[in-house]
Amino acid sequence: MTGTGAAQPAAPSTPSRVDAGWRRTIRDRPLIPLGVLLVLLVVALEVVKPGTVNANWLATTLRAAVPLAILAACQTLAMLTGGIDLSVGAVASMAAFLMVTQATAQGAGVAIVIAFVAATIAGIVNGIGIGVFKVHPLIMTLGMSLVVLGLMSVYQLLMVQSGVLIPDAIKWLGSEISFGFLPNNLVVFVPLAIVIVIGLRRSGYGRLLFAVGDNPIAARLAGTRVWQVLLVLYIMSAVLAAIAGILMAGLLNNATVSLAEQSVLPSVAAAVIGGTSIMGGRGGYSGTIVGALILTILTTLLTVLEMPEAVRQVLFGAIIVAVAAAYTRVTGES
Amino acid sequence: MSAASKAVAPRGGELAETLFGLARRNSWNLGLVGMLIAFLAITKLIQPNYGAPAIQGLAISILPIAFAAVAQGIVVISGGIDLSVGSMMALASVTSAVLMKGQGDAFGVVVVVGVLLLGLAVGAINGGLIVVTRVPDIVVTLAMSFVWAGVALLILNTPGGGAAPWLMAIISGPLGSEWLPKALIVLAVIVTVVWLPLRRSTLGLSLYAVGSSRLAAFRSGVAVGRTKIIAYALTGFFSALGGLALTASGGVGAPVPGSYTLQSVAAIVLGGVSLAGGRGGVLGPIIAVVVLALVRTDLTFIGVDPNWGTAIQGAILIGVVMLGSIVAMRKVRA
Repeated sequence: MTGTGAAQPAAPSTPSRVDAGWRRTIRDRPLIPLGVLLVLLVVALEVVKPGTVNANWLATTLRAAVPLAILAACQTLAMLTGGIDLSVGAVASMAAFLMVTQATAQGAGVAIVIAFVAATIAGIVNGIGIGVFKVHPLIMTLGMSLVVLGLMSVYQLLMVQSGVLIPDAIKWLGSEISFGFLPNNLVVFVPLAIVIVIGLRRSGYGRLLFAVGDNPIAARLAGTRVWQVLLVLYIMSAVLAAIAGILMAGLLNNATVSLAEQSVLPSVAAAVIGGTSIMGGRGGYSGTIVGALILTILTTLLTVLEMPEAVRQVLFGAIIVAVAAAYTRVTGES
Repeated sequence: MSAASKAVAPRGGELAETLFGLARRNSWNLGLVGMLIAFLAITKLIQPNYGAPAIQGLAISILPIAFAAVAQGIVVISGGIDLSVGSMMALASVTSAVLMKGQGDAFGVVVVVGVLLLGLAVGAINGGLIVVTRVPDIVVTLAMSFVWAGVALLILNTPGGGAAPWLMAIISGPLGSEWLPKALIVLAVIVTVVWLPLRRSTLGLSLYAVGSSRLAAFRSGVAVGRTKIIAYALTGFFSALGGLALTASGGVGAPVPGSYTLQSVAAIVLGGVSLAGGRGGVLGPIIAVVVLALVRTDLTFIGVDPNWGTAIQGAILIGVVMLGSIVAMRKVRA
C-alpha cells in the first residue's frame, strides 16, 4: 500500500470518449452542473414548503446573496493567483463601521470616501506583504484581519458617544426592493459582476491573474511583474470587500466591528463551489455567483426545515468537501 | 531537511564546534528564549509584584493555546495546515464536559481517554478526506471546521457541563516550588512523552520527509498518504488535549471555537515552523505562545486598551514573517 498522494501521476486508465466529453463539459463549463444543483435546491424548497418560491422570495434571496457574492469575488480573484484573502471580513466590517460612525459628523459622501480610503490602505499593506515580501497570503491576510479588528475595537471605544447614521442612499441600495422582485443592490452588483467576468476573460490584467496562479515562475520569466499584479489584486479585493460591507450595513440597518466576520468562510466556500481552484490558475467569477446563490438558498432551505444552526454548519462543511472532491476528480488535478 | 541534518553526527567532535552547530541549528529557538527572557524582565519592571501566582495564572491560561500550537505545528511540519483545530478543541471540550458532569473520578478518566481517542479519530477523518479526495488541505480543513463546530453545537448548545475535580486540580496550583506551575509540568510531560519518541522514530522522519518534499518522500518509499493521515490524527489528538485543557481551566465546556485556530497559526509561524513544511519543531511554537501571552499581559499592565492587543498580535505576526522572508531572500541572493 503505497502513498496515494499528489506524487503519483493520475491513473492511466483511458476514459471512454463519452466519459471524457462529460468530464470536459464539467471542467470547462462548471455552470451547467451548478445550474442543475441550483434548480434542484429551488425545487426542493418548493416541495418542502409549497408557496415559498415567489417574487418576494426571489428578491430577498438575491438581496442576501449579493454581499456574499461580492466577498466571494475577492476570494475568486485571490484564489486565481493561488492566494486567499481572509481579511475580507475585517475590511468589510471596517468600511461599514467607519461609514456609519463618520456619517453623523462628516456627511454621507465624506464618510463613504473615508471608508474606501481605509479599505484601500488595508489592501495596499496586504499587497505589499504578499507581493513584495512574499509573505504567505493566508498568514498576511490573517494577520491583517487581526490588525484591522483590533484597530476598529479601539476606534469603537473612541466613538462611543457619537451616534450611528446609515445614509439613506445606502439604506435604499442595501435593503429596498424595486418592482417587487429586484433588490436595489443589483444596481451595484450587476455592473461589477459584468466587469469582473469579462475582465477576467478578456483583459490583459485578467490573463495575468491566471498566469501568475498557473505558474508564477513562468509568469515572471515571461516578463510579468508579479508583485505589481498581486498589489493591484489585493487592493481590488479590499475595495470589493468595502463595497460588500457597506451594502451589508444598508441591509441590516446597522454596523458593528464584526459585521461581516461570519461571511468569510462562506465566501471561500462560494468560490470553491463555483469551480475556482485554490491552487490557482483555474476558475472564474460566473461560477462563484452561482455558488453564492446556492449557499444562500441552502441556508433558506435549512431554515424552512427548522434545522438548528449546528446542522446547517455541518451540511455546509460536508457540501464544500463533496463539491471540491468532485471538481478534483473531474479535472484530474490534485 | 533539518531532521536529516540532525541525524548526521557532527564531524571533528570538537566541543565548541558542536555547541556552535547546535546553536546555529536552533538559532530560532534561542532567539525566542531570548525574547521570552526579555519580556519576563520587562513584565517584572513594569509590575514589580509580578510573581509566582501570576506565573501560575499565565501557565493555566496558555495551556489550551499551547496544545493548539503543538497540534498545528505537527501538521504544518508534515506539509499540511489544519484550520479546524479550534473546532476540534470545542468538540473535545463539550464532549468531555457533558460526559463528566456529575460523574465520579473513575469515570472521568474513562472520559479523558475516550475524548483523546475521539480526537485521534476526528483528525484521522480530516486527513483521510484530504488523502482520498486530493482536495487541498486548506479547503478540506476549512470545511471540516464548520462540521466539527456544528457537531460541538449539537452536543451542547450553550456553555455548560462540568469537569471532574481531579482534572481541574491537575492543572491548577504549583508543584513543589511555587514557581513551578502544574499546568506547565502537564504540558512538558505530555509533549515529551508523545512528541519526542515520535520525532526520533521512523514515523517522525517520515513526517519531516513528506513535509519537505512529497515527491522525494514518495520515491524513497515513504507511504505518503498514511503519513499524512497520521499527522492529522496527531493534530486531532493534541487539539483534543487543548479542548480538555479548556474544560479543565474553565470547569465547563464551551461549544464556540474561539480564535484558537488563528492563534495556533500565529504561534507556529512565530515559533519557526515553515509553512512550506519540513522545518521546525514543537518547542518553538510553545515558547511563542508564552511570548504572545506576555505581550498581552504587559500591554494590560501599562494601561493600554486590551483591544490594541489584537492589533499588535497581528502586527507581530506579519512583522516576524516579513523578517523571515527578507532573511530568506538575502540568503538566496548571497
